[in-house]
Amino acid sequence: MTLAPPPPAHHERAPAPSTAGLRATARMLARAGGDGVTRLPVLDGDGPFALRRVGAHGRPARVCVVSAMSAPLGGDRLGIEATVEAGAALHLTTAAATVALPGRTGEPAHYDVRVTVGEGARLDWLPEPLISAAGSDLRMTTTVELAATAHLVLREEQVLGRSGEETGALRSRIVVRRAGRTLLDQETAYGPGATGWDSTAVLGGHRALGQLLVVAPEFEERAVEVRLLGGAAGERPAAHEGQGVLAPLAGPAALATAVAPDALRLRRLLDEAGRSAAAG
Amino acid sequence: MSRAALLILADGRFPAGGHAHSGGAEAAVAAGRLTDAATLETFCRGRLHTAGLVAAGLAAAAAAGHDPLLLDDAADARTPVPALRQTARRLGRQLMRAARATWPAPALDALAAARPRGAHQPVVLGLAARSAGLTPLDAAHAVAYETLSGPATAAVRLLSLDPFDATAVLARLADDLDRVARRGADAAERITAEGTDALPAASAPLLDITAQQHAAWPVRLFAS
Repeated sequence: MTLAPPPPAHHERAPAPSTAGLRATARMLARAGGDGVTRLPVLDGDGPFALRRVGAHGRPARVCVVSAMSAPLGGDRLGIEATVEAGAALHLTTAAATVALPGRTGEPAHYDVRVTVGEGARLDWLPEPLISAAGSDLRMTTTVELAATAHLVLREEQVLGRSGEETGALRSRIVVRRAGRTLLDQETAYGPGATGWDSTAVLGGHRALGQLLVVAPEFEERAVEVRLLGGAAGERPAAHEGQGVLAPLAGPAALATAVAPDALRLRRLLDEAGRSAAAG
Repeated sequence: MSRAALLILADGRFPAGGHAHSGGAEAAVAAGRLTDAATLETFCRGRLHTAGLVAAGLAAAAAAGHDPLLLDDAADARTPVPALRQTARRLGRQLMRAARATWPAPALDALAAARPRGAHQPVVLGLAARSAGLTPLDAAHAVAYETLSGPATAAVRLLSLDPFDATAVLARLADDLDRVARRGADAAERITAEGTDALPAASAPLLDITAQQHAAWPVRLFAS
């Protein structure tokens, strides 16, 4: 009788990367056709990112990022690059929340999103939340380059810990440049290794936070009006419903910032802000 | 360089109008998040490592001689709500008046002329420190200290907190303050190679939200 071979080592994903982690960058390019339809001459998924074209062809082109494996894990270096050329329109979503998980080595994971939007072009980048699982360590950057007449709607939601667990370490920086000038530069640092984040000045016990950024040339003429969201609008803020504010940046843009006890209530606040910003 | 100049600049009695501002403490008291010395300490630690760090970077950069108008733009990009941009500019204008009288310098005159409604306060403070012969690290210390002393003084008035307890909070945060000032000054040193992106951009969502909320109150004790 032969000995049974040892069971294969358990891999959550294949092909198994080295301990250095996975390197993958998904790329897409949106181009305006003469018929007003946006085409996607480049639509290259990579590693954990599968790119699915959804909906009918038209303006905008719609793409959904589908996770083909669990990522990012510690040590991974992942990227998404999207270019929307002059006059084109791209609507980008993700199929599910992204969960940052611990890796085998304790190395941080890196996740870099770079988008470029040309003259008269529009990008809607509306991913599902990023969840920082206990023990994970993720460094995220979002870099946006906008032409002067570009239109952008960008949502970013972070959830600190899965249900009932501690948060991982999550550092995220977003830099938005418009016509070469920096419109927004914000960094968040939460969890182990960050100081002061779990403070009454920063999150006040909330575990979901997010932003909705709308950049539109028409805000040059008329800035969005300040609007308090959720509990912030009441006389005495009610902590349980979360709170936020929609306000103009120093430039043709509006930013909603919100904190909430969970992802569902956070989304409600950002949806409310989105309706306000669209109504002008 | 005169060490005494740093004491003058960081003195709460320096006539720059800071006493009228609570640094978000009034809104935090109203929301029930700031109630005693212990919650003052957590509030201050959060503010120091976010708004304080950003201010330390800007002030150190201005003190190092980087273009104050570029730094003023960098401050705008790091201040996402109009209530806090207006507060920073109002405080900057008041500090500018005091600084030009105290340490006259062409660089202060030039910034005052370019930003008649006020530049962001940390930028003005850094330039004032430079005019006084202080170092970037000194400027970072002074501005970081202000991000703590404002809420601590306000909490004494708003909560009738024992002033000894409030001062003890400041003392307990001294090591944090040193680290934040050092990080701000280190970041300012990287500007030559990396541009103003090198400056810290730490955000505090609740400070932003409640500052805008506070600005809409019909009656308030502090301007911010």
